[in-house]
Amino acid sequence: MPDQERIPVLETRKLGISFGGLKAVSDFNIQIYQGELVGLIGPNGAGKTTVFNLLTGVYEPTEGTVLLNGVPLNGKKTHQFVAAGIARTFQNIRLFGQMSVIENVKAAFTKDIKYNLLDASLRTKKFRQAEQEMTDKAMELLRIFHLEEAADLPASSLPYGRQRKLEIARALATDMKVLLLDEPAAGMNPTETAELLECINTIRDRFGIAILLIEHDMSLVMNVCERIQVIDYGVTIASGLPEEIASNPRVIAAYLGE
Amino acid sequence: MSTFIQTVIVGLRLGSVYALIALGYTMVYGIIRLINFAHGDFIMVGGYTIIFTVPLALALGLPAWAAVLAAIAVCALVGMGTEIIAYRPVRKKGTNMSALITAIAMSLFLENLAQAIPAIGPNPKVADQMFTAGGFRIGSVTFEYTTVITIVISAVIMVVLYMFTQKTRLGRAMRCVSEDKAAATLMGINVNHTIILTFAIGSALAAVAALMYMAQYPRIYTTLGSDLGIKAFVSAVLGGIGIIPGAVLGGFVVGLFESFTTSYISSSLSDAVVFLILIVVLLLKPAGIMGKNVGEKV
Amino acid sequence: MKNNKTAQGILLNTIVIVVLFALFQALTAAFGGAGSFKLVLVPSLWQCCYLILLAASLNLVLGFLGQLSLGHCGFMAIGAYTAALLSLACERAGVFTDKSGAVYILIIFACILAAGLLAAVTGLLVGIPALRLKGDYLAIITLGFGMIIVNVINNLPFCGQDGLAQGSAAASLYKTGLGFGSKAKVTYLWIALLVTVLCVTLMFMFVRSKYGRAIRAIRDDEIAASASGINVSSYKVLTFTYSAFFAGVAGALYACATSSLSTASFAFTNAGILNSTFVVVMVVLGGMGSLTGSIVAAVIMFFVNYQIANGSWVAALPPFLNGVFKYPMLVYAVVLIVVIIFRPRGIFGTYEFSLINLAGDIRRARVRRAEAKAERKEAKAHA
Repeated sequence: MPDQERIPVLETRKLGISFGGLKAVSDFNIQIYQGELVGLIGPNGAGKTTVFNLLTGVYEPTEGTVLLNGVPLNGKKTHQFVAAGIARTFQNIRLFGQMSVIENVKAAFTKDIKYNLLDASLRTKKFRQAEQEMTDKAMELLRIFHLEEAADLPASSLPYGRQRKLEIARALATDMKVLLLDEPAAGMNPTETAELLECINTIRDRFGIAILLIEHDMSLVMNVCERIQVIDYGVTIASGLPEEIASNPRVIAAYLGE
Repeated sequence: MSTFIQTVIVGLRLGSVYALIALGYTMVYGIIRLINFAHGDFIMVGGYTIIFTVPLALALGLPAWAAVLAAIAVCALVGMGTEIIAYRPVRKKGTNMSALITAIAMSLFLENLAQAIPAIGPNPKVADQMFTAGGFRIGSVTFEYTTVITIVISAVIMVVLYMFTQKTRLGRAMRCVSEDKAAATLMGINVNHTIILTFAIGSALAAVAALMYMAQYPRIYTTLGSDLGIKAFVSAVLGGIGIIPGAVLGGFVVGLFESFTTSYISSSLSDAVVFLILIVVLLLKPAGIMGKNVGEKV
Repeated sequence: MKNNKTAQGILLNTIVIVVLFALFQALTAAFGGAGSFKLVLVPSLWQCCYLILLAASLNLVLGFLGQLSLGHCGFMAIGAYTAALLSLACERAGVFTDKSGAVYILIIFACILAAGLLAAVTGLLVGIPALRLKGDYLAIITLGFGMIIVNVINNLPFCGQDGLAQGSAAASLYKTGLGFGSKAKVTYLWIALLVTVLCVTLMFMFVRSKYGRAIRAIRDDEIAASASGINVSSYKVLTFTYSAFFAGVAGALYACATSSLSTASFAFTNAGILNSTFVVVMVVLGGMGSLTGSIVAAVIMFFVNYQIANGSWVAALPPFLNGVFKYPMLVYAVVLIVVIIFRPRGIFGTYEFSLINLAGDIRRARVRRAEAKAERKEAKAHA
């Protein structure tokens, strides 16, 4: 169990959103601590992706707060959420299709590059150093995902499984504290899934980050996540250790239908 | 007071022409999400067709306005041709932006083609009298027949069109295609036919608008389409593009604004005012007065 | 290693440009007084310069940022009028009396810079509200702003509808301000070339930096871009402003190359070639996302237009075809549609020419051609 004295990296308090009177998510509370891998599960249409959109500033919550390291992020835009340290992937992969693989990763470094328009225009030392460092860092990330030899190919030419990996690599490039993965194994075969899980474990250990994972494949989540939170109709119906969740009657009811 | 009422009447007359044109923009936008820049030029096509067929109509013993039937046919053909030759191939493989650029190119093509045709040429042409001249008075306000006819015919067409999209099978098919093309195909709707039908109806409306316009201002020139089209387009966006009642509302709003600016401020400013309204509306309520803001699905 | 390549690239490009320019100067010295050089080639080069700047700058917004702006010539108009008015003001203040000398050259550069800056400020003011919209709506609102800019200029007391004039419709620009005659065009051609090379270089540096990456990311997927920490709206406004700056510079060059200004030249569409639509034609033709393409397309379109306007073959055509060529926009509209249908990515797609990579590009192209040939052979063999 996580140490209760520490501040959670990511915390939400009574987070909720309604679309035209319909409550998509309500009273959503979660605490994620550094180095944890937490699963967010629920049947189709339960509001999992909506939670992600709230956690990344794509939607503005109608109630409640998202806190990163205890700092509230109310009213901030998506790119400010990223700057604060929350990065994500998308359920339906969103890469920069016309750009090369390495450029996809480099684009995510943009916010941390300090040179200005004048440096870029004059190709100053500052510019060249920054670009060089970024290329090195990007290649390093690509190597973790075994994408280094594809660095110069257009991102859209990659096969599906590798596109997913590239998306994760791009998210990692934002230098985040919390990584949100939206159904990373969707559409993958068992071998690809196994490889991906290995990747996820590697990056967690290596970068010491917290990961929140959406999945609706229960068995997958049970195997890798330390804690699981289950939502249905936008409401948390259970949260706890995998084995507790597996035997929780409300979860079983939600998944099998009442 | 009578100036005020007169201004309102002029606004309604202008508005009903804009509304007719705006309907064409809105119907096409609703179904393929494309601003058909060439739509304005369909009015120009209709206008010239009317000019060239009026002698024919008179020779047949018909009233001059019967020439609109030929214009409707020609405009519908041009509209369908534009869709088949230019828009469909681009839609198949291009992005939204390339479709939009194609539409701009189509507009330029029609305008410049008209100028290159010797019988038309770059100089304006003057049309015959379309409807009986004269009017009647109620109190101190004059109602010209042309104005009354314009407003009444436009109103009838709008109601018929609305009934068509709501009550008939084809109308329902059109609404289905605009909601979701893939699902419409699964329901057995021929998407391409529906789109072509939309173009035909929208362009036919442009022909009627041409008649209404010429009844009031019997002068046709090749860039007429751009001038009228842009205001009608503003109307469509103002009301909420893709929404039929929205186009009508937008048309009247633009017509009234224009007529009031002309009679109370300055006629040279009326265009700028129309654009200013557009910019303000787009910035405050991008989906238009009757539209709903729909965010991109993540 | 990469750093080395940057330095090498700069060196190589500089050498090539200097050599080309020296060659050109030698040619000027040799043929400077000759008629067709002075009356055809030099004015053509002036025109090419501002067309290149226009196309390349719009490409930043259209091809790299992926936003359709239909009011680009509005910014050019601002540049042109700024440069012209400033030069007239200097003349009237007695800063220069005849069109020569170091002071005059300084004033030309000051005018060009001022033109770019004022256009950029306008770009910023238009971009902040307009870029909140996307796609079709952005196209329309930029079209609207373009029209408003032209309308405002028309209604300014000192600009006027019939051309830039003081009191009368006389082309005072030509006599007293910028506005070069054919002799001055030859003398100051180096300014046009220098400014163009400089601006194109700046644009290249822009797209090959974090800025270029960020805006191409925005073009490919706006939501993913903001989820990657890119401040979408500020990069959009920055690019729009930057693009407006170069459009303004293009306007200043235009003001130098013409005898009087009229806002009709900067409309959304008109009978000539200086209009926002024509700029879109050049960008699409060359390739959205290729500055090289924009440059080549600008030169090609200039040449085509020149031929249509002046070629003796046009007059020799049968009357109806001849009539077609009287309205060049008709031809360009067809070109645009054909290009979009058959080569939607333009001539160059997103390819960029680079001296230092030239050898590699040729080798790769050869390999590709060989592969294609082999494939065709194989297909034939199968058949």
